[in-house]
Amino acid sequence: MSEPILVAENLTKWFPVKRSVGQVLRGNRTWVRAVDGVSFSIEKGEIFGLVGESGCGKTTTGKLIMKLLEITDGRLYVSGEDVTHVRGRALEKHRRAVQMIFQDPYSSMNPRFTIRDVLMEPLEIHKVGKDMKEREAWVREILNEVKLSPPEEFLVRHPHMLSGGQRQRAATARTLMLNPSVIVADEPVSMIDLSTRAEILHMMRQLQRELGLTYIYVTHDLSTARYFTDRLAVMYLGKIIEMGPSGTVIDRCLHPYTQALIGAVCEPVSGKVNQVKDVPIKGEIPAATNIPPGCRFHPRCLYAIPECWEEVEPKLVDIGGGHMVACRRHEEIERVGAAARTSEASLGIRRATRIS
Amino acid sequence: MAMERVLEVRDLELHYFTRKGVVRAVDKITFDVRQGETLGVVGESGCGKTTMGTALLNMPTPPGRIVGGQILLDGLDILKISEQEIRRRVRWESISMVFQGAMNCLTPVYTIEKQMKETLQQHREMSKEEARTRMKNYLNMVGLADDVLQRYPHELSGGMKQRVVIAMALFLEPRVVICDEPTTALDVVVQAQVINLLKDLKSQVNLSFIFITHDLSIEAEVSDRIMVMYAGQIAELGTSDQIFGPQGPAHPYTQRLLAATPLLHKEVTELAFIPGTPPDLVDPPSGCRFHPRCHVVMDRCLKDEVPLREIEPDHMVACWRCFHE
Repeated sequence: MSEPILVAENLTKWFPVKRSVGQVLRGNRTWVRAVDGVSFSIEKGEIFGLVGESGCGKTTTGKLIMKLLEITDGRLYVSGEDVTHVRGRALEKHRRAVQMIFQDPYSSMNPRFTIRDVLMEPLEIHKVGKDMKEREAWVREILNEVKLSPPEEFLVRHPHMLSGGQRQRAATARTLMLNPSVIVADEPVSMIDLSTRAEILHMMRQLQRELGLTYIYVTHDLSTARYFTDRLAVMYLGKIIEMGPSGTVIDRCLHPYTQALIGAVCEPVSGKVNQVKDVPIKGEIPAATNIPPGCRFHPRCLYAIPECWEEVEPKLVDIGGGHMVACRRHEEIERVGAAARTSEASLGIRRATRIS
Repeated sequence: MAMERVLEVRDLELHYFTRKGVVRAVDKITFDVRQGETLGVVGESGCGKTTMGTALLNMPTPPGRIVGGQILLDGLDILKISEQEIRRRVRWESISMVFQGAMNCLTPVYTIEKQMKETLQQHREMSKEEARTRMKNYLNMVGLADDVLQRYPHELSGGMKQRVVIAMALFLEPRVVICDEPTTALDVVVQAQVINLLKDLKSQVNLSFIFITHDLSIEAEVSDRIMVMYAGQIAELGTSDQIFGPQGPAHPYTQRLLAATPLLHKEVTELAFIPGTPPDLVDPPSGCRFHPRCHVVMDRCLKDEVPLREIEPDHMVACWRCFHE
């Protein structure tokens, strides 16, 4: 790991909201601030996780990296090149370098195509390979790579003839066809049975090691993110609020929102049936058209003090070891947390302790 | 403590009659649900857990048909009585169900009040005022404000819709509520809130729940007893402590399913998985249905079908390895 392969600087995506005639005349504009200034850098060969609840902007960020959406503001660099506003040839080149695995492998594949057609298509579009023979040989090789073997058997099948796990393997194979350097995986295992989930992640990890790939793993599932990723960024309402090495972010989280997310995760341990879960958060996620002033989490935060909504939004600050958090009160939270951890560590369950 | 049995299911069989052949989705299942407990049903997709849920309401989805067995609700076999009788006395009166993706069960063109009232009027004679009070009571019970009655489903968030559907399953005061994946479509925080709500309801009203999900970690959170299904049959049935306790589950399938569930606060380098896929229920494997995917398979497993036997009090397993003969 050395130079960053992908750098996002203050990446922003605002979607305009449809207006009535009156609003147009009065000049009112409202925006859905889906991604609102996100910065991170990913090193080559790293697995970077983006986690958060639905509507937090994690998928939009993934799509911005793919350049499936126009970037409103900020910069995006891939392998040192500025790709923020690339078009034409350069965009084509970008799309070859960055590929995406979608959440639902079934709806992202043409049902009338065979697996052979699905895998050949990117090669034809980008005119890779001399002739059909060479392309077909490449298809077979990739199918072996994702363990859909023997390839002959799968080449002629249609997507509906595959099981969920196999379909996700085929989807992974498709992203590999063009030799990408970065793969954005948007919830790749959330539609797959628990029993095969680990198998797919295991395969993805193996491919990453063999081919030196870089993944951006977009998910709402903290447990698989912990297992699969090297680094993790937690998003809330379009902003990263905590980021760092996965183990640190999960075991020593400092942002109240991350703590709530982690408190909400169920784990297969006995003796929890008659216990009410402690989820230290109030209310529901506000609409992205109307982001609260100050710290955007303050209306739901149990630690909020007047400064949180009166002053400017706290920035992500590095508190050591690459662990970054955007919370004004993180030091106090850490002190209380450390005391609680020593007493509760033996139980293997961590519950957020409330300040004030 | 010998608890009263609310629901007894004996050798229940439900088959789907498809063009490819007869799919034995629920194959001779026997279990009880006790008063005031939550029974968790887990398994991979296609193991028959949802099918079993619909069978308990005697409401199989075509081309499915219940071909055998008994469902005794307080001693009354609901498979023997007429459809009319079931509507009047069983469905929603005694057993209700929160369906998978329940948020999509609400009609977008009616207000919540109209939809709730419909269920109420079908079953109870009551004045408008009484009905309103009752609806409000139940909405408050699931943590919603009164004004939700006037809202349309699209004005509510996913978690709120789920609460409305839970309220609707409760307000005829049934004996058993079947919850089919009530939390899968929800975000983690909302999921935890709904789980807390169900726990709360359980302590308030003496209800029995059947909680169907594919996620063992949610079962650990809500269920007193866990029933693990595999390929239309019961693989293991035990208390929460027997399944999730230090000793761990007995059936190899449950063991591997548990090993495949990632733990949040544990550094794991390699997560286990179960190789292969669940069998085709038109032509299930001989002997134990799990044998092609089992890591401790013996000769006997290939030939002889395994019965479900009690290996310790309250703990039933269907695995030849677990029987000491």
